[in-house]
Amino acid sequence: MGRTAGALLIGIAIVGAGIALAVVKVNPYFYFAGYVILQYVVIATAWNILGGYAGYVNFGTPAFFAMGAYTAVLLIKSVKAPLPVLLLAGGLVAGLLGLGIGYLTLRLRGTFFSIATLALAVMLQTVVMNWEYVGGSRGTSVIRPPGPPFGSYVTFLFTVMVGLAVASVLIARFIERSRIGRGLAALRDSEEAAECMGVPTLRLKLFATTVSGFLLGVAGAPFPYYVTFVEPNSAFALDYAVNALAMPMIGGTTSWLGPVIGAVLLGTAQQIAIVTISSEMNLFIVGVVLVLFVVLAPEGILGLVRRMRGH
Amino acid sequence: MTVARSLIAIKNVHAGYGSVRVLHGVDVEVREGETVALLGTNGNGKSTLIRCIMGMVRPEAGEITLELDGQRIDLTRRSTEEIVDLGIALVPEGRHLFPKLTVEENLLLGAYRRGSRGDIARNLAYCHEAFPVLAQRRRQLAGSMSGGEQQMLAVARALMSSPRILLVDEPSVGLAPILVSRVIAKIKELKEERQLTVLMAEQNFNQATKIADRGYIIVHGKIEFEGRSTQELRENELVKKYYLGV
Amino acid sequence: MAAALLEVDGVVKRFGGFTALNGVSLSVKAGERFGLIGPNGSGKTTLINCVSGVLPVNGGSIRFDGQEITGMPPHQRSRLGIVRSFQIPKPFTSMTVRDNLGISLEYAGAARAGAPGSASAEDILRSIGLEAKTHLRPGGLTQIEMRKLELARAMAAHPKLLISDEAMAGLSSTEVDDILEILFRLNAQGITIIMIEHIMRAVMRFSERIVVLDAGERIAEGTPDEIVRHPAVERAYLGE
Repeated sequence: MGRTAGALLIGIAIVGAGIALAVVKVNPYFYFAGYVILQYVVIATAWNILGGYAGYVNFGTPAFFAMGAYTAVLLIKSVKAPLPVLLLAGGLVAGLLGLGIGYLTLRLRGTFFSIATLALAVMLQTVVMNWEYVGGSRGTSVIRPPGPPFGSYVTFLFTVMVGLAVASVLIARFIERSRIGRGLAALRDSEEAAECMGVPTLRLKLFATTVSGFLLGVAGAPFPYYVTFVEPNSAFALDYAVNALAMPMIGGTTSWLGPVIGAVLLGTAQQIAIVTISSEMNLFIVGVVLVLFVVLAPEGILGLVRRMRGH
Repeated sequence: MTVARSLIAIKNVHAGYGSVRVLHGVDVEVREGETVALLGTNGNGKSTLIRCIMGMVRPEAGEITLELDGQRIDLTRRSTEEIVDLGIALVPEGRHLFPKLTVEENLLLGAYRRGSRGDIARNLAYCHEAFPVLAQRRRQLAGSMSGGEQQMLAVARALMSSPRILLVDEPSVGLAPILVSRVIAKIKELKEERQLTVLMAEQNFNQATKIADRGYIIVHGKIEFEGRSTQELRENELVKKYYLGV
Repeated sequence: MAAALLEVDGVVKRFGGFTALNGVSLSVKAGERFGLIGPNGSGKTTLINCVSGVLPVNGGSIRFDGQEITGMPPHQRSRLGIVRSFQIPKPFTSMTVRDNLGISLEYAGAARAGAPGSASAEDILRSIGLEAKTHLRPGGLTQIEMRKLELARAMAAHPKLLISDEAMAGLSSTEVDDILEILFRLNAQGITIIMIEHIMRAVMRFSERIVVLDAGERIAEGTPDEIVRHPAVERAYLGE
């Protein structure tokens, strides 16, 4: 248990550093870019709980992320709910979505689940586009509430995202090291053998889809306040689908550290590309890097490190 | 009695899949015009030996040599397509038809190799005559046919490549006894009409020895018994021992 | 007279138009060494898949220890004590040998920890001769070691009934004897064992009672001596 306490302390220290950074006035773009990268840490970590630990690939990340964002939009417009409520509600709705889609498809082979997630993203985007209350296809503007506890609203959101990133990594790490995590690894390696050795595979898969969905929704909940103008094309952006998959694959899917490495490296590269080259290049970069890794280093950076150490 | 020319000589073959060793030094000879039976229960290496001849499994040790038209060819160094090109055709265990293609298409695919393309029309006519059911059902999807019909189609498909040597891998699997009888009888008929040499791996001892000129019983990857004539095979009391581990 | 541990009653299994099991019944007594044989395609593995719960049945029922288990998912059956090994080994490749057993211990075995013969992962690995490979991943094991790992993983689930599905296929003579010895030892500890095998001398030596399947039906039952002399068995293997 000493290790978990140590991890918690490190997590708290990071959040503290985040708050300190927010107060210190660095180049404002740093906070915008930082927010995006940290958001990807949450997204990649969330995706990996299902994709890396259990081996079930989710192609519809935008559906869950946007669920969080639009639940927030709904609550902001109707009752001006405070941020903590937005986070919780966004997570719960997306989590339920994960449970639902899992219940429908997880008794079938993994490919059906993946296809269903793809269809889900398309379906939900269509629903949102036709829902005037949340802005429909034109989008809707969202007004940030007054008085963030410290700094400007953007720096405050940056800190919140630091906290969410730390929390999601701690959750993933906790799951990975628990009995559930071992069960997920077994079902990923051989679902049939795991089932016959007593692992309740359906239950564990549903657990993973729900937690993964929940965290994706939590990642999306602050989005309206971050962008102040929410429209379906950006909430359901292809970037989320591709990055959610690419970042863990590049970092390494078997451990919580992989998505973090992938998100930081790839996220930073994309932010630099957006600023220096163009905003379309970032997806191109992801594509090229992903292909290279799949061919040369399918176990990601963590896999390369392991091989170099001689395992 | 003049001994026929050796066509396929298998000497001291050791083979397996990864670290699973299946064949431990097997010697088998197939002579021209013969029907040779490879007998034994499941898991003893019959199919593996057939796959070695077809180039689907590479032996780690030993030789497999084909002597045809004055040439000696080392089969262990050839790809499966090359081996089919040389005139050896396989009726695989479990048929392995193309289920979503029609009977006709399956037959045509059997004549894929260049050497047999000129003979397509003639071979097709022969198959229709030898297996009337295939002519009647030419547009039926292969996957929708009964087990016995599928086995006939698999044999006919192999004949489409104008082979000199026919390898048949466990034709009786999944077939009712009366169908097994029919398939075996058919193989004998075809062999005589087309002057084929046949090597047949088969568990069903009594059926296989009906048409075998010679046979080997393979147990745990080794040849435990060689019957040098049909009589020697059939009148052997030790067969049960080899089959049922008594 | 020992009570029946496993009762298979008229089990039917169809795959589309093909009937793999046509009303198969058998019963295995507690503590017995039971052999299940039959020619290629007779339905042995299908029957085992139905007993372990991997395949649902189209008819008939299965009772274990007096309890109806038809329709129960495999993970629950393993917790009751029905454990199987796989014909083609399915190890958990991302874990060490020890952790492979850990899964069985944590999930299936936990329900019966403290049962007679229950042992730790290290004990099991030692008893089976794999202790040198405890911290290795399955990728680095030889074929016989993989087979032993399959058995060890099944043992770690603290089985009441162990189903060994062709655990000896592709092994050399001495390796076959190795595995047989392990199975004899397990049976001596009180574990009921069903052995499915093609290696006749192994089944004949091991089994107290044998059931023979052919084309989805039970064609014979008896001691090894009776089976070897049984005309239906001869017909099934040697043909008519």
